[in-house]
Amino acid sequence: MPLGTQDPTPTRRPIHHRERWAALALLVPAMVGFVVFWILPSFRSVWYSLTDFNLLNEPGFIGLDNYRELVNDDVARNSLLVTFQFVFFSVVLGTLLSLVTAAMMQRLRLKTWVRSLLLLPWLVPNVAIALIWAWLLDGQLGYLNHLLTAVGLPGVSFYNASQAMPIIIAIGIWSGLGYTALLFFAGMTQVPTEMYEAGSIDGATETRMFFSITLPLIRPVIALVVVMSAIGSFQVFDLVLIGYGGNPIPAVRTIFFYIYQTSFGFFRMGYGSAMALVLAVILGALTAIQMRAMRANRSDLS
Amino acid sequence: MITPPDVDLVPSTNDSLTETPARSRGLPSIVRALRRTTPGKAVAWAAVALLLLVSVFPFYWMVRTAFTPAAELIGDASQLTPSNPTWINFARVLGLTTTEESVAAGGTGATLNFVRYTANTLFFAGSIAIVQTLSCAMAAYSFARLRFRGNSALFGLFLSGLLIPGIFTLLPNFALIRSLGWLNTFQGLIAPAILVSPFAIFFLRQFFLSLPREVEEAAAIDGVGVFGRFFRMTLPMSRGPVATMMLITVVGIWKEFMWPLVAANSDGTRVLTVALQRFQAQSPNTSPDWTGLMAASTITVIPVFILLVLLGRQLVQSLNFSGGK
Repeated sequence: MPLGTQDPTPTRRPIHHRERWAALALLVPAMVGFVVFWILPSFRSVWYSLTDFNLLNEPGFIGLDNYRELVNDDVARNSLLVTFQFVFFSVVLGTLLSLVTAAMMQRLRLKTWVRSLLLLPWLVPNVAIALIWAWLLDGQLGYLNHLLTAVGLPGVSFYNASQAMPIIIAIGIWSGLGYTALLFFAGMTQVPTEMYEAGSIDGATETRMFFSITLPLIRPVIALVVVMSAIGSFQVFDLVLIGYGGNPIPAVRTIFFYIYQTSFGFFRMGYGSAMALVLAVILGALTAIQMRAMRANRSDLS
Repeated sequence: MITPPDVDLVPSTNDSLTETPARSRGLPSIVRALRRTTPGKAVAWAAVALLLLVSVFPFYWMVRTAFTPAAELIGDASQLTPSNPTWINFARVLGLTTTEESVAAGGTGATLNFVRYTANTLFFAGSIAIVQTLSCAMAAYSFARLRFRGNSALFGLFLSGLLIPGIFTLLPNFALIRSLGWLNTFQGLIAPAILVSPFAIFFLRQFFLSLPREVEEAAAIDGVGVFGRFFRMTLPMSRGPVATMMLITVVGIWKEFMWPLVAANSDGTRVLTVALQRFQAQSPNTSPDWTGLMAASTITVIPVFILLVLLGRQLVQSLNFSGGK
């Protein structure tokens, strides 16, 4: 899809001039919002990251001090590491599970109501999700722990340092599964059914068809969803804030939580902005890859 | 050998608005599916059943806990239904009980008013969905249909907004709203999102580009101005995609947490997600008020569940349509 305007044709030329003012008028509301809440804040954020701004003072220029501090900040490094861990496992495992789910939606021809029920966890705010799972996994009364011990397994706990991250990852995957599966399913509906009919006449099994027909054909959708969910998981915040009643253990203290704590707990807006900028650069790189993936796909289509 | 055709990443409008071929075949497909049932398919059906159970059971447990008297939570903890169901947990989070009654029912006595928080959230999500979508539709129409210098450059600028993560603009926007004295006000709560969403502009522009131009051109020759063509022709024709965009926006704003947490955390403006967080923070860590928390969570989930029941089909198809975000 070209980004540019259409070539003016002779019949439209007379109204060109009037269109310019109308275009401007239609653009005003969106432009105002974009300039005030997107563009100017982006510049201010860069400026804050070079200051000692703490909400109460006039921001004072301190050069690259915030960035120097960031390089030596063990908590920040740990948070980033924890976040990468979360992103990696939730994207890899989440994508695999969603693909299988989408394949079942497609091959078993699941009804729309089944598909929409699977979407329920995605519609619910993470705050409620975190509360529900904190209750299910409660040490004394949690129902899931009750089930686990009933079949002879040890219970699990949010506060066990080695279990905390896997639990958060599992909850994250659980809440996004229906959504990503539906996106994959949307891609799969584009695959002509004749291909599967041909496949089954040739005696191919479902597994074989999944790997030889479905996967190669929806590869662009997979690429898009992977980058998208990576960006989404980078911003994980409410799950850990609520799951731990406001005080997550180090094993799950993500970078978003740390920026939030620095900026609104310790009021160090300058340092928080510096971390946000670094995170923005990482996320920007990921999004750029996503954009490229999308555009590359579009050119395939023509 | 099968040569793979190209796969449409962002399915075109027509594809998405029609049902999938599998469904439109109706009953015969079920019969055929049954006839073809193999052990493998049986396993797959079992997996689907398990998946549904895993997706829905936590919400059942939330509701079940919400109806359990706090005093019976320990004895009842492993039963699938409460022995003595009660409305008291809902009554106290809705602010319908006195402090003494709340404390007697296992609460902390902190004031809770989930009626107000629900109303606040409805206003938050509703106002943004309506105004933002309209404002973005206007801009998208401009980009899709009108010729003016800098059209593509300006559109590219809006698209670049997709590259900016929320946290990056959140800090300076907070400082701005604070210096305007708008913290804990509705205008501060909705200001950053009310006018623009780069994704909405992108999404609606794609749709407007797919509409035929001929009708509009005929109208233009008849002297209908740009505004007439947009508000009286294009916008009414685009009811479906515009509604879809509003739906996506409502869900997104309903789940929003960080901005309302920092910008509007007073009793008058608090939204459901923030109210839940605050309720949890007030509940003692050693023995959380689980029945109250689950009642409050249920109140947060009910509107979403209604949305799913009423508009589930459209929601599922709109995801097909957006194919992305």
